[in-house]
Amino acid sequence: MTSLVLLDYDAAGIKQPARSAVAAAAKLGEVHVLVVGENIAATAEAAAKLAGVSKVLAADRAAYAHPLAEPLAALVVGLAGGYSHILSASTATGKNVMPRIAALLDCQPISDISDVIDADTFVRPIYAGNALATVKSSDAKKIITVRAASFDPAEATGGSATIEAVSGDTANTGSTYLSSEIAKSERPELTAAKIIVAGGRGMQNGENFTKLIDPIADKLHAAVGASRAAVDAGFVPNDYQVGQTGKVVAPDLYIAIGISGAIQHVAGMKDSKVIVAINKDEDAPIFQIADYGLVGDLFTILPELDKAL
Amino acid sequence: MKLLVPVKRVVDYNVKVRVKPDGSAVETAGVKMSMNPFDEIAVEEAVRLKEKGIATEIIAVSAGVAACQETIRTALAMGADRGILVETDAALEPLSVAKILKALVQKEAIDLVVMGKQAIDDDMNATGQMLAALLGWPQGTFASKVEIADGKATIIREIDGGNETIALALPTVITADLRLNEPRYASLPNIMKARKKTIDTLTPADLGVDPAPRLTTVKVSEPPARKAGVKLADVAALLDKLRNEAKVI
Ligand SMILES: Cc1cc2nc3c(=O)[nH]c(=O)nc-3n(C[C@H](O)[C@H](O)[C@H](O)COP(=O)(O)OP(=O)(O)OC[C@H]3O[C@@H](n4cnc5c(N)ncnc54)[C@H](O)[C@@H]3O)c2cc1C
Ligand SMILES: Nc1ncnc2c1ncn2[C@@H]1O[C@H](COP(=O)(O)O)[C@@H](O)[C@H]1O
Repeated sequence: MTSLVLLDYDAAGIKQPARSAVAAAAKLGEVHVLVVGENIAATAEAAAKLAGVSKVLAADRAAYAHPLAEPLAALVVGLAGGYSHILSASTATGKNVMPRIAALLDCQPISDISDVIDADTFVRPIYAGNALATVKSSDAKKIITVRAASFDPAEATGGSATIEAVSGDTANTGSTYLSSEIAKSERPELTAAKIIVAGGRGMQNGENFTKLIDPIADKLHAAVGASRAAVDAGFVPNDYQVGQTGKVVAPDLYIAIGISGAIQHVAGMKDSKVIVAINKDEDAPIFQIADYGLVGDLFTILPELDKAL
Repeated sequence: MKLLVPVKRVVDYNVKVRVKPDGSAVETAGVKMSMNPFDEIAVEEAVRLKEKGIATEIIAVSAGVAACQETIRTALAMGADRGILVETDAALEPLSVAKILKALVQKEAIDLVVMGKQAIDDDMNATGQMLAALLGWPQGTFASKVEIADGKATIIREIDGGNETIALALPTVITADLRLNEPRYASLPNIMKARKKTIDTLTPADLGVDPAPRLTTVKVSEPPARKAGVKLADVAALLDKLRNEAKVI
């Protein structure tokens, strides 16, 4: 039984969620990974070093410069023959492509698994993580996305896989990449950070994020996150959003500031090791899941915290 | 241009669901049901496309039990023109729903499908991508902006780290993210008008679809509960706990 993992990476290298997908695949048996893109030699080399990976398939073509769903799915379907399981992390790319692959193979995808029971049986959160479903698949191939926060990432070193060039059908049924805007940040990525400082509607505006949260995040080497309310109000970019429809995170420490603790927000952070809530409303639901709470005005607490760190 | 908007009936997003004591499923009896929030956004986008003169007809479709009629009525009150209920008591997976939708797209000669990116009950985030695959159409998922002109759709998508703009040849499937628009409330006159709009009823078999599931639920359980911790007096007490008790900073 061999699994194929579609590897997520960017200019900075292989993403941590992709290493978590490799770790999930390793529970099933032998692991091959697929690196797709243009000029990917360095990424393929890095993938060959991932612990537990025995073979790297590298598809290096201009048509793959951007991860468009149509050519990516066509490529993976062409390679699917020898694999019992095809996995990727539940990243934007994984969520976009994997169901397309599943439909082309007449399989029902198994989205966002948080545990592997056996080759056919997996656990996945439903209802924003308010319930955990154990599901058994009868499909010949299992098409899976992996909730990265639930699996310790495979080590970046230790492996010595062979690298094999592959190519596939670049059939594109009509999508064209035009442009992208990727926020540049010196901070760790949300899904990889050990500490996250997150702000909500209570922050009132974007300047307050910069003025009050950024210095604390800098001192703690933390990533900055946000609630949907803070994103929708334009305080911070959309990729800061933590929750059911944003990023799912499980850092060692999550500090929720001016966030009420709606089900949909909690869905994305309740597996954090330690949760701190700072809120002026002592009845805010966030306190029901917080290990440590400070009831008070964030505009006095945050400057104090910054000074004391 | 003819639009299809699939709308799912789900447990209302404000309800804190409970797992049934026998661990077979989540309790849905006596629980408030609503249209999936992402589908409201999809309906809103379709109605705006009609108001701009781009869409000529909007068909709202829901697959599931008879009560999905209510969900379709909500879409009609928001501005969809007619509805189709694909009635079944079977639990439907995205693969089955995508097959049902594919058959309807072909039957109704649909040019554009606008739907939610994710149903908030099963949290699959799969049906739109699967429908596009089955039709051999391009897909525009997680859209936060949609523009239709010159036979193509240009969309801004929410991706990790930011946004991406892509162009899609029509026909296509677009799935709505939260920030695509702010759905309207149906006005009373429109709710009254919606009562007169037609809803046709079909079955999966009428569309040649066997909805037998590929995933069986072995069990459903409550996630490990978190306990409320302690409220602390001040910043100094917090830092002391984080440093010396939790040891996370
Ligand atoms: C389908 C769907 C999906 C969703 N997905 C997500 C998601 O992924 N992520 C997400 O976050 N939300 C999501 N939401 C939205 C969610 O339901 C809540 O609306 C949102 O999380 C609220 O954000 P908030 O806590 O910042 O704002 P509010 O609920 O308005 O809370 C603000 C908090 O700040 C506190 N506060 C205000 N001023 C101060 C002050 N000076 N000092 C201290 N405290 C202060 C208040 O007491 C309050 O508790 C989703 C909703 C739907 C319907
Ligand atoms: N039973 C259904 N009836 C109508 N539309 C559905 C149904 N199930 C899923 N959908 C559509 O598919 C989207 C994604 O659902 P899912 O893939 O289950 O997360 C939803 O937002 C709906 O637009």
